[in-house]
Amino acid sequence: MATENNTIAAFSDIYKIYEMGTHQVKALNGVSVSFHQGDFWAIMGPSGSGKSTMMNILGCLDRPTAGKYLLKHEDVSQMEDDPLSDVRLKYLGFIFQSFNLIAQLTVQRNIELPLYYLGWDGDKSAERAIELAEKVGLSKHLDHRPTQLSGGQMQRVAVARALANNPQIILADEPTGNLDSVTGKQIMEMLRILNEEGKTIIMVTHEPHIAAYARKRMHMQDGLITKIEES
Amino acid sequence: MQEPKIIRNIRIGIENLLLHKMRSFLTMLGVVFGVGSVVAMLAVGEGASLEALEQIRKLGSTNIIISSQKPVEDDAAGTQRVRMSIYGLKYLDYARINESFSDIEKIAPVKLLRQESRLGTRQLELRVVGTTPEWFELVPREIVAGRVLAARDNSAYAPVAVLTEHGARRLLATRHSIGQTVRIGSDNFEVIGIIKSEAGQAQGMQVPDQHIDAYIPLNTAREYFGDTFTQISDGSFTREMVELHQIIAQVNDTDNVRATAEGIERMLELFHPRGDYSLSVPLALLEQAEATKRTFNIVLGSIAGISLLVGGIGIMNIMLASVTERTREIGVRRAIGAKRKQIIVQFLIETVVLSTFGGFIGIIVGISIPQVITYIFEMPTVITSLSIILPLIISVGIGIVFGIYPAANAAKVDPIIALRHE
Repeated sequence: MATENNTIAAFSDIYKIYEMGTHQVKALNGVSVSFHQGDFWAIMGPSGSGKSTMMNILGCLDRPTAGKYLLKHEDVSQMEDDPLSDVRLKYLGFIFQSFNLIAQLTVQRNIELPLYYLGWDGDKSAERAIELAEKVGLSKHLDHRPTQLSGGQMQRVAVARALANNPQIILADEPTGNLDSVTGKQIMEMLRILNEEGKTIIMVTHEPHIAAYARKRMHMQDGLITKIEES
Repeated sequence: MQEPKIIRNIRIGIENLLLHKMRSFLTMLGVVFGVGSVVAMLAVGEGASLEALEQIRKLGSTNIIISSQKPVEDDAAGTQRVRMSIYGLKYLDYARINESFSDIEKIAPVKLLRQESRLGTRQLELRVVGTTPEWFELVPREIVAGRVLAARDNSAYAPVAVLTEHGARRLLATRHSIGQTVRIGSDNFEVIGIIKSEAGQAQGMQVPDQHIDAYIPLNTAREYFGDTFTQISDGSFTREMVELHQIIAQVNDTDNVRATAEGIERMLELFHPRGDYSLSVPLALLEQAEATKRTFNIVLGSIAGISLLVGGIGIMNIMLASVTERTREIGVRRAIGAKRKQIIVQFLIETVVLSTFGGFIGIIVGISIPQVITYIFEMPTVITSLSIILPLIISVGIGIVFGIYPAANAAKVDPIIALRHE
């Protein structure tokens, strides 16, 4: 069991309420949960259960209406846009269902993107991108454009990009949603290895066999956590 | 080699623009023509006013020029077969003006005559200018050989003449002509100097000189040729008696030109009730010409401004479309950790690169058009450094002004919505 000391992200009584005309939609209805260093989480639930909102707030893309979110012991729940961008840049890596690579950039440039915003110089960034491309098995495709790659290859580029800034937490939003089962499995293996290397991974999925890769599974319903399973 | 961040940003901007070469090129066209028309109009406007201003400036901005003018009633009386018309400035006017105005530094009387002249075997009709040495200070001319008139020539009634270069050439005179004798009318004059012609000096090119002048001392002119001229035309005589054709006065300061001119005007009104003179102040003409030029520039500037505005709107339009098209890219960049400011800079650089490059091409177009105008219409055009630097600054400015709105739009993109954007 993890101690309080290695808590990396903690929600305490988080609400996210959307005003929809006259009535309110409570996407998150008072959620409290702690994520620890080295965890591998799967967040599950039907659509509208609040799992996407959970990911957005975890990923510092959105701010909660109420409640406290501590990331690396820093309260990020009501941060301004610029410092929040810095938090994303320093601590977080994103993997999306639809890969979200930038079409006009080469594989190498896509991987270098976080480094560009970190202000790394060109040579150092290139070195890092090449190293990461090797890690995900794409060193031969550095000069390719995303459109020249298969879905699995694109997601591997996305993984490499998510790793470029050496983040503490990797947030994966249905990472295998657009992949066939074989390549999906490859990506999940990759995430498992990253987790073994010490990365904290939080993943949203609705497929039980994908969720099975995680060691902790969170079930959500109507903006609340209904069940947490550990394996 | 580490490249500076701004260079890197510009390179990335150019790379993005090169992905859509045709679109970028078409977007640029508005600025190309806008800047092109600014450069071309400035060149034409500058050229048109230059000639006029140059002419006036040559008269001297501190000068006041008083000329004899034949009164209107004398023309009507000219129907009589023989009639002497007496008009114009008097020697006395010259003396009075010279003595009365302390602000006048230099003053030169001018007496004009036409005389047949002869040097060796060559014969030519000359314009003979009787004047004082001050004339050469008021209307500076380069001395080709010899010297100009001196005060002693005038006081001694010396039969000496200074020829203009072309006059000298037409009479087959060279620098060896100094000291030779030229026959003007029925008298012999010693050639003491040769000066550059006015026209030859104006544009630095050799054009046939209309006025072939011989400058002789005023006293000599009075003594030898008198004040009466007879002209024979259509079998009738016109006889005129004019003492001085012109008085040129130089005032010590441009601020005093107007007051002195008014003083001279009042004095002349007193002695010349017929109004047989005219007074011209190059400074006033210069100010008027400059005002005209300003108006001209404002009109041209407005037209050019409108075309630049259209060009800018064109760029803004495309950039707005580009922002919408790249919403997802913006979302990804924001999610990764790009700040709003960095997104603004990215799009702003693309717009500025577009408009500046368009500006460069526009300047090339704008420089070529005046060449064509000069060639076809034989109109002078002048490209000044301002007419290149100004449009370049404007094109950068257009990129910034019309890029701000699309870039701000890009920065406003909510990454959550953008990432879901299809």
